[in-house]
Amino acid sequence: MRIKSELLLYGFGALIAILLRCGTSLHPYSGQAKPPMYGDYEAQRHWMEITVNLPLHDWYRNTSTNDLQYWGLDYPPLTAYHSYLCGFVSRLINPEYVSLTKSRGYETEEHKLFMRYTVLLVDVFLFLPAVVVYFNNVYKKTRVTPLLATFLTFFYPGLILIDHGHFQYNCVSLAFTVYAILFVCTQRPILGSFFFCLALNYKQMELYHSIPFFVYLLGTCVPNPGQNLLAGIKKLAKISITVLLTFAIIWAPFLIDMSTTLQVLRRLFPVARGIFEDKVANVWCTLNVFYKFKLHIGNEQMFRYCTIATLVSVLPSSVDLFLRPNVKKFVIALVNSSLAFFLFSFQVHEKTILLVALPVMLYLPVEPIVCFWFSILSVFSMVPLFLKDELMVATISLLLFYLITFHIVWEYTISRKGSKYDVFVPRYDKIMQLINEIKKSRNYRSLLNSVSKNYKTLQGLCRFLLMSASLGGCALFLTLPLVFNPPADYPDLFSLIISVYSCFHFLAFFLYFNIVQFSIPQAVEDIKHFKFKND
Amino acid sequence: MICVPFLLLSCVKLLLIPAYRSTDFEVHRNWLAITSNLPIGKWYYEEGSEWTLDYPPLFAWFEYTLSIFANWFDPQMLVLSNHNYASFKTILFQRLSVIFTDIIFAYGSYRCSSIFKKSWKSQIVLPMLLLTNVGLLLVDHIHFQYNGVMYGFLLLSCANIFQGEYLSGAFWFLILLNFKHIYLYIAPAYFIYLLRNYCFSTSNLSIKNLIKSFSVRNIIYLGSTVIFVFVLTFFPFFGHLKQVVSRLFPFKRGLCHAYWAPNFWAIYNVADKLLFVLGKKLGLNVTDQVAVMTGGLVQEFSHSVLPNITPLITMLITVCFMIPVMIKLWFSGNNPIQFLRSIVLCALTSFMFGWHVHEKAIMMAIIPLSILGVAESNDAKVFLILSTVGHYSLLPLLFPESLLIIKLILYVLYCSYSFYSLSSLYPFYLCKLNLPLLNVLESMYIFGLIPLFLYDHFFHYSITLTTYPFLPLLLTSLYCSLGVVYSWLKYYISFLTKCDSKLKL
Repeated sequence: MRIKSELLLYGFGALIAILLRCGTSLHPYSGQAKPPMYGDYEAQRHWMEITVNLPLHDWYRNTSTNDLQYWGLDYPPLTAYHSYLCGFVSRLINPEYVSLTKSRGYETEEHKLFMRYTVLLVDVFLFLPAVVVYFNNVYKKTRVTPLLATFLTFFYPGLILIDHGHFQYNCVSLAFTVYAILFVCTQRPILGSFFFCLALNYKQMELYHSIPFFVYLLGTCVPNPGQNLLAGIKKLAKISITVLLTFAIIWAPFLIDMSTTLQVLRRLFPVARGIFEDKVANVWCTLNVFYKFKLHIGNEQMFRYCTIATLVSVLPSSVDLFLRPNVKKFVIALVNSSLAFFLFSFQVHEKTILLVALPVMLYLPVEPIVCFWFSILSVFSMVPLFLKDELMVATISLLLFYLITFHIVWEYTISRKGSKYDVFVPRYDKIMQLINEIKKSRNYRSLLNSVSKNYKTLQGLCRFLLMSASLGGCALFLTLPLVFNPPADYPDLFSLIISVYSCFHFLAFFLYFNIVQFSIPQAVEDIKHFKFKND
Repeated sequence: MICVPFLLLSCVKLLLIPAYRSTDFEVHRNWLAITSNLPIGKWYYEEGSEWTLDYPPLFAWFEYTLSIFANWFDPQMLVLSNHNYASFKTILFQRLSVIFTDIIFAYGSYRCSSIFKKSWKSQIVLPMLLLTNVGLLLVDHIHFQYNGVMYGFLLLSCANIFQGEYLSGAFWFLILLNFKHIYLYIAPAYFIYLLRNYCFSTSNLSIKNLIKSFSVRNIIYLGSTVIFVFVLTFFPFFGHLKQVVSRLFPFKRGLCHAYWAPNFWAIYNVADKLLFVLGKKLGLNVTDQVAVMTGGLVQEFSHSVLPNITPLITMLITVCFMIPVMIKLWFSGNNPIQFLRSIVLCALTSFMFGWHVHEKAIMMAIIPLSILGVAESNDAKVFLILSTVGHYSLLPLLFPESLLIIKLILYVLYCSYSFYSLSSLYPFYLCKLNLPLLNVLESMYIFGLIPLFLYDHFFHYSITLTTYPFLPLLLTSLYCSLGVVYSWLKYYISFLTKCDSKLKL
């Protein structure tokens, strides 16, 4: 028997990805054995209990059997349907898993295994194939081959830890988003908008990605000089109908009764919950160190400020995407938009960084080093959460695994001669040349001369040192809470340091990714079907 | 080169820290407590827990060293009466101790790969086959044992002997022997090979020549190494030798372990059972001893039709089968490949016929065989069958449901990697439908493991055969024992019949 080795490698990668996921699932989940509220695990189980036992119009409503204060359903209908499906299966396996109100805080080994399997199932059958298909269709000729990019996305620790450790179903909405991006990038806007609607209806947080989708699709409908106006309108109509239809079908059961619809919407966008929970690496939480927002400004007021700040920060990249649409810009615009939302919007969770990390991972073949750097920082920013969930062993092992995988990719692709990333990581001989010239230079003028001659090397060196220092800082702040107990007066000290440290990084990344987006020119022939080339 | 896969693998091991642990975890915790609390003289007398110290002194010393570090993590785990104590830090420490001591195994693999000329097969295939050995991963890092250290010593010793450094080879083997005495099984190969190549140094085997070439100096060196190592480790226990030995060699256990290791006796037991049923049907007068056969759950049982087996019989059979191998090794002269093969055969033979063999002992044959696998195609064939079957037989050790996917993936990854890499080493054995290097029957046998697995884990419970709870285990050990017996026979015969041309490494 002979199997193509490329295929075999994909198989190996997928198996290792599943292995890492299963290994992580052995670790504790959020709120394990922590009554009375438990954690996200209990929330998901509770939703299964609610959906499978109650009639549909009571799912989002406070009733005698559905106490919304206790993990009330606050995700869009698609999540509710998924919960219903899982609840249905769990009732077949053991009715105790989902018996109404009696099953609160139900925790057994079998149930944990069942819940873990439900996540694994959707991850393996939705997310992993989406990644493979995406990289093989969008980036064909990059130096970081589709295979390697796929591996890096497979092994990205953040998603594994949140979904299989902490317990959530992020992979579902993220998988839909990957498909949506794929179809937009390969000029199939109708399929793309369909999948994005699915993602949006699974998790309302996907709104973080909605602006670039909207702006880009709209931008491609605007006719270029010499193009037919009608074709643009037709395309726009097709897309709008797709979106409306998808929404209508998914929401149909809730649309029958107006009050139900409004109740669902109220559940999805809770303004009353405050500006942030716990410590988040966004701007508000960082500024909160100096100025306590919660004491001085009311929620409504704050919500308005946040919305304005978010819109202002999204504006540049959106305007650029609209006026100069280019597929190459699309993914980076997604990064910019979601990062702006993460940094400035209202009610942000630390887990939401996954929404930024996803487009960053998808952009990795183009900007491997910065994207890798960002992905490490994104995991690092969630460390306070993992500390609380006792997931640190898994975090460290997955981070190391990811780091070594990237090291392999680095060895075989990026650091090879002739790569354009030499600029980023200066080669040893060039640094020696620089040092020699500096040594030789006698006066100020010749020193300046030699420096300007080796400007690129110097620049690369600085960037490299900066990155090493930043990652070293991560390692330091990651080990601190493991070795020392926080001082009694400031129990949140380490979490705060981590949040502020990551926040400054994210701001810097935000600037950098915006510059990257602006430096990509408008596509010349974007309306007509074309082959997407890179590098 | 070896660093990257080793580090990657260590990450996976880290990830497996909270996985299921067998009672061996408590055994080793108890030994930590014994060695750190009691004076040396009492180590082998302590009976507070049922898990008494029954490894040789060097392993006790090893535990003693670990207990110093254990104190930093959680001093509570070193309290003798704290039976079944498993705090998070205890688990972390014990797991980390296995992960870190695996460095010795990695070093051993590195040394073994450096005996070959630098090439793809020696720099990548061999280290990968050794390092990622799935048996070690399952047994050490999930089930919990310290085999990695010991196989590290074995590999070191083999590498030394390959490079002609006989004394250090012997030294590492003696260290190994003092860690775990199960390696006595392969001691004959060491004895013969060292005697032949170190103490006598001639290719002419006439008696006159032999006597002339006998090197007194070398035998003094070798003898003093043996005495030195043994004295060093046993010296503190000098007054208690009898107690130590009685702990090391308990013959009170049964012929087979609770779960039958896939060896000759598994087939023997099944044959006995079948004959019993047959005899009953034919109306013959057979003693009714059904109860004793309940899936081998009872440690000691007697056979109803076939003759009963005593420890002496197993020992005699093992020795009888080893003698031809030793004779062949003697006449092979200075050929380390033959030496390694005879190690494999010694280990396999004692696995086949030994008394109370554990299924884990199959790794003693698989690990040296993986070195041979990259040397010659015939060895590679046997390696593929033996490692696939032998590692499969280890899977039932990890019974918790939560490990099902993990163990399956680890197993499938290792098997597919070994098939893939060896098939590209020997590309001329490729056939369209067969597995690489194997013939039709062998491939069918290997593929038979898939329905076996499905039956054991799914169908058995759905076809409501709950009356036979032992059936999955019995089928597994029977099916695997067929493969082990086959590969033993194949390897045994080819070793004895083939001329031993010296291989270029």
